[in-house]
Amino acid sequence: MSQPPGPMLKAAKTRRGRGAAQEGQSNEEHPVPGRAEQGIDEVRRRFVGAAAVSALVLAPGVSLFAYAEAGGNRAAGASSKRRWGLLIDTTRCKPSCTACVSACSSYNGWKNEGRPTDAQWIRKVQVSDPKTGFSRSVPVMCQHCGNAPCVEVCPTGASFRRADGIVLVDRHICIGCRFCMMACPYKARSFISENLTDQKPWAPRGKGTVEGCTLCVPRVDAGKIPACVEACSREGGGAMTFGDLKDPGSAIRRALAEHPSVQLRADLMLDTGVHYQGL
Amino acid sequence: MSAIHYREIDGQSAGFWGLAALLAVLMAAGLTAAYFMAHIGHIITGMTNQVVWGVPHVFAVFLIVAASGALNTASIASVFGKVAYKPLARLSGLLAIALLLGGLAILVLDLGRPDRLGIAMTHYNFRSIFAWNIFLYTGFVAVTGWYLWVMMERRLNRYTRMVGTAAFLWRLILTTGTGSIFGFLVARQPYDEAIMAPMFIGMSFSFGLAIFILVLMAVFKGTGRSLGDEILMRLKNLLGVFAAAVLYFLLAFHITKLYEAEFRGAEAFLLWDGGIYTFLFWFGAVFLGGALPMLLFWLPQTRRSRAAVGWGSASVVVGGLALMYDIIIGGQAWPLSIFPGMHVSSSFYDGVVNFYAPSLPECALALGGCALALFITLFALKLLPFLPETLADEEA
Repeated sequence: MSQPPGPMLKAAKTRRGRGAAQEGQSNEEHPVPGRAEQGIDEVRRRFVGAAAVSALVLAPGVSLFAYAEAGGNRAAGASSKRRWGLLIDTTRCKPSCTACVSACSSYNGWKNEGRPTDAQWIRKVQVSDPKTGFSRSVPVMCQHCGNAPCVEVCPTGASFRRADGIVLVDRHICIGCRFCMMACPYKARSFISENLTDQKPWAPRGKGTVEGCTLCVPRVDAGKIPACVEACSREGGGAMTFGDLKDPGSAIRRALAEHPSVQLRADLMLDTGVHYQGL
Repeated sequence: MSAIHYREIDGQSAGFWGLAALLAVLMAAGLTAAYFMAHIGHIITGMTNQVVWGVPHVFAVFLIVAASGALNTASIASVFGKVAYKPLARLSGLLAIALLLGGLAILVLDLGRPDRLGIAMTHYNFRSIFAWNIFLYTGFVAVTGWYLWVMMERRLNRYTRMVGTAAFLWRLILTTGTGSIFGFLVARQPYDEAIMAPMFIGMSFSFGLAIFILVLMAVFKGTGRSLGDEILMRLKNLLGVFAAAVLYFLLAFHITKLYEAEFRGAEAFLLWDGGIYTFLFWFGAVFLGGALPMLLFWLPQTRRSRAAVGWGSASVVVGGLALMYDIIIGGQAWPLSIFPGMHVSSSFYDGVVNFYAPSLPECALALGGCALALFITLFALKLLPFLPETLADEEA
């Protein structure tokens, strides 16, 4: 398997202060953007600069992407002043539409070929009430919980929650124990069971580790919206809203304030970052 | 009681080397399987993104649970002062370490990245029961090793009770930790009960003692040493009580689940119409793991039979493996309830009972771990005096 190092890979290494030789197995390593609240902005700033220079020198093909993705929002980083979240209006989600799934798959480079070992970062779940006939089509992905069970159970701390609420897997230290998959109530994580090819430089993946929706963190850090949200507004019913749950003026907060919404498995009190309306 | 004389086993017979060779072959098969799992990936196993823990985990957790139970005999002698069990204490400690190492080997080699064992040993998230278990398991080996040392070194014998008590407490905490791996899984309806921690302690008492009895009978028979009825009957009576305790915990566990409406679907699956999982629960866990051994141990026709002790112990082991399969695989076969009360379907197998069929490599890895445990035991018995020369009944 070959895979260009990519700007995000450099991000993780810079953050940890370790070189490629110490990391080893770098062709299967993964990005770990902004891990802790403390000092993250500073680390990120240093990294973005280093990544940009490195990319310019070492990988001209990738450097364009580095500028495009990382350049737009250099000073932003992961801040606890934000809580990124999604609102999904299921009344606008068409059962036949899989634009969000296709966009996620295309952007992040995972493929569902119908095998039970295939990764699926997002899926459409057809939901119907057998007693009333009420039905909905619901995109389900990592719910980016405030009290994430995957983070709690991970023995090495590879599952972690960024200061801005995005839950990620640090695939440098994921040992592939799959305890997070046992603990996740949403079946949001996938284990990579075989070697992969044709990976995206900004979303490197690795055999033997666990992965899931990153809320398109490279895009978010670059000031963009996740690929699924963009695709939904462009090709779907405009059912998905992305934004800062802590900003009272954001579209997502206003929509949540105006209409009732639910969190999946709200009884578990996981404080999910993903909310649903119309369920 | 007269003085106990311990002696190594000769380990020269064809039977010894034949067994050693068989275990070596099984270990090599396990290592080969682990190599291919690491090199090619878990795609060669039956595990999927639906059933993420498979047969390796069934055997690994079984061995780890049994390991702490294998220490029962030593604990009874050292902590509770029952001198009749004292000659068996060394073997008890040895088996505890060997079984734990066998289970740990399986767990580690099944990791998606077994090459990152160093990371597992240096990066800790102390909110994770898994992280705690890394300490509990390695600490158990250390404490039990220390316990064996004070038992086997005459000058240190006076510390036996103190160290034995530490080992006893450690094993209780260890099995609590193992049961809590499942008990803490609030996301999955077949788990999510605090009683799983004490239930695993009950299971450890039963499985560990059953393996201990089988090894004891096999080694004494193989080496021609005398094993009296008195100690064997004491042990099988104890095993009968432990088997009954497991049934009690299972009853309390499932009654609690059945009482809560949200769990009834999962319970109906596991107890009534879950196919292999229902069969494994009733025939495996309840009949083989509990009812049959109790009948063999206490029916008037068989209660003094040594063969019944052996068959009853083997039945507990097979029933224990069935129960572990039922808990680990059956618990994952039941789909997650993301939308309670709704019918659901998706490309990711939401709402359907998940399929799992173990593959040859994962079975080889699991058996390799069992072989490692027995291999360690076999050669430890040859190298050091773990076994008394005789356990014949004393003349009145």
